[in-house]
Amino acid sequence: MSTLDTASLIVVCGSGGVGKTTISAALGVRAALRDGKKVLVLTVDPARRLADALGLVEIGNKVVQVNLGDSKGELHIGMIDTKASWDDLVVRVAPSQDVATKVTSNSLYRNLTERFVHSHDYIAMERLFEAHERGGYDVVVVDTPPSRNAIDVLDAPQRMLDFFGSKLLKFLTVPTRSFVSSLAAKPFFLVANRILGAGFLGEITDFFTLFRTMEKGFVERNKRVMQVLRSDAASFVVVTTLENGPLHEARFLLGALRERNFSIGAVVANRAIDPQVADEVERVLVANDQRTMEEAAAQLLGSSTDRAPTIVETVRLHATEMVGNARVQRERLVSLGTAAGVEQVWLSPLRGEDITDLEQLRSIEFRPV
Amino acid sequence: MTTHRLLERRLLFVTGKGGVGKTSVSVALARQAVRAGKRTLLVEMDDKGALARLFGSTDLTFEAREVEPGLHAMRMTTEESLREYIRLFVSNPLVSTVGPLARILDFVANAAPGVKEILAVGKLCWEVREEHYDIVIVDAEATGHIVAQIDAPSILSGLVQVGVIREQSKWMQEILRDAARTGVVVVSTPEEMPVIETHQLINEIEERTQVSIAAVVANRSPRVVLQERDIESFNTLLDNAPGAVLEAPARLVQLALQRRATATMHLTSLAARANQSGVPFLNLSEVGGADDRVVVDALTESLGAELS
Repeated sequence: MSTLDTASLIVVCGSGGVGKTTISAALGVRAALRDGKKVLVLTVDPARRLADALGLVEIGNKVVQVNLGDSKGELHIGMIDTKASWDDLVVRVAPSQDVATKVTSNSLYRNLTERFVHSHDYIAMERLFEAHERGGYDVVVVDTPPSRNAIDVLDAPQRMLDFFGSKLLKFLTVPTRSFVSSLAAKPFFLVANRILGAGFLGEITDFFTLFRTMEKGFVERNKRVMQVLRSDAASFVVVTTLENGPLHEARFLLGALRERNFSIGAVVANRAIDPQVADEVERVLVANDQRTMEEAAAQLLGSSTDRAPTIVETVRLHATEMVGNARVQRERLVSLGTAAGVEQVWLSPLRGEDITDLEQLRSIEFRPV
Repeated sequence: MTTHRLLERRLLFVTGKGGVGKTSVSVALARQAVRAGKRTLLVEMDDKGALARLFGSTDLTFEAREVEPGLHAMRMTTEESLREYIRLFVSNPLVSTVGPLARILDFVANAAPGVKEILAVGKLCWEVREEHYDIVIVDAEATGHIVAQIDAPSILSGLVQVGVIREQSKWMQEILRDAARTGVVVVSTPEEMPVIETHQLINEIEERTQVSIAAVVANRSPRVVLQERDIESFNTLLDNAPGAVLEAPARLVQLALQRRATATMHLTSLAARANQSGVPFLNLSEVGGADDRVVVDALTESLGAELS
């Protein structure tokens, strides 16, 4: 049994463009409908038509319930708004309301929370933890934000811990008057002032001095986030397509997950050519030559057209190419399975249309390979 | 042969949603620039090593080197651009007192907003200003980060009141805002999310920055599998196919036709957006194959056809 079926936290990761958001939503639908669970899916930026279909109209941290008809399970979906989430977080970890206000009104705060130490990644983990702490759901699925490097998401909480312990932060929060007397700091501040201007550097140090007063709150919270992610409660799903780039990333990610002792629930090979279909097509192509198929086509089409030979030729050409692609994909699936070292490599077949509603989400099949 | 106006610019940022093939398109553009007789620099902005893999070589370095005849490639790193920056712009006596670079680097990368971006974009503009190359093509940041990058000089000069960086943001802005020299190439695939992001990004760049869009590229456009005139007959065939020998292969073609129809809808939307901004729309066919280098070769030809 995969940890995916028992976990109360599911983290979906993978490189950009592989369908993480769709797979996250589909996993949520599956847990709600198949297992009758109460599910929360936290997502970053769902496709507009899917968001509309699910009733997600507002931007912000609001959670909405999706109508599943008379199902026993429940599906709730929430967006992750980085800015709003940071504001909430600051209020939570600041030693006083006064500090929280000072931090959120600092001119650098907005700029820094948008990009500072992978803040999107950090917030995704934070929201997951918050939902877990608050309880009320059987399963929380989080769709991780598009990151330059998928591993950044996993390391975000630790990175924040490291930042609080770093020399850099201590250095930046040295009381201003001792800059001049500090021999170690002097050359740095001379050059930095020259390049950035004295005022800017002052603002930065002011901000970090404030930020540092939240250290205790941040550190305690982060330790708990890491604990939960390493516990049996959490399960990680790696999504990939069977193209070289995403596969490369997926292998790397799987190794990194194992290194960090995170539990891997499943690997999903998304948009794969259905191997059973490819096998069947290959068998048909071997057993029937162009002639036989032309005759069959002519019979099906009747006397309405003389294009049967052309159509059959096209069909055969395309089908042969797809069978070839499927063969390449199969080799990659096998090597992915070996790399994953998990029981579950799932396959979600290539589709002709965009996923734009609940019915389509429901129809996403996860098939063990 | 006249050179396409896209390649007459001096600095092209190639961006798009993650996974759409920015790197491959950057390489194809660079190769076309070389064919047009341009001294070309191709820049990788992150350390994924994807660009190096496409040239079958080991990792690229900050120091550009010729990876193919006429095509130079480098990798941008904060550390080395900072080093070069200090060497070029900060007076010598000061540099000798800086001490370990690590601390400044740490500061720049983690704490000072916009400084990392301006170092990178500054290096690119420097190459343009010094005319070391005819064209600099950047495999840039994904949609979420590109604005912070191309607009770094403006953002920073809003935050910083005095200092060397503020003075320098002026000449960088001159290059970045000059539509004759600089432009952003937005790459998408004909799929829903990348197309939405493309629209959002172009709007954002046009509203918030003074950098211009240079082209919209549709990558991995599904090919035509069946001629228009045969589609009706094919559908008849499909309706009657259950149980016939043709059924399974015909289903695969049906899937391809559906994908193509979905893609056509998205391509129309991309072409309309390009048209609205008055920039070229380049439609590049999907290329199958196990080897990425073969795929990029085919993509280069596909781009060449679109540019001629």
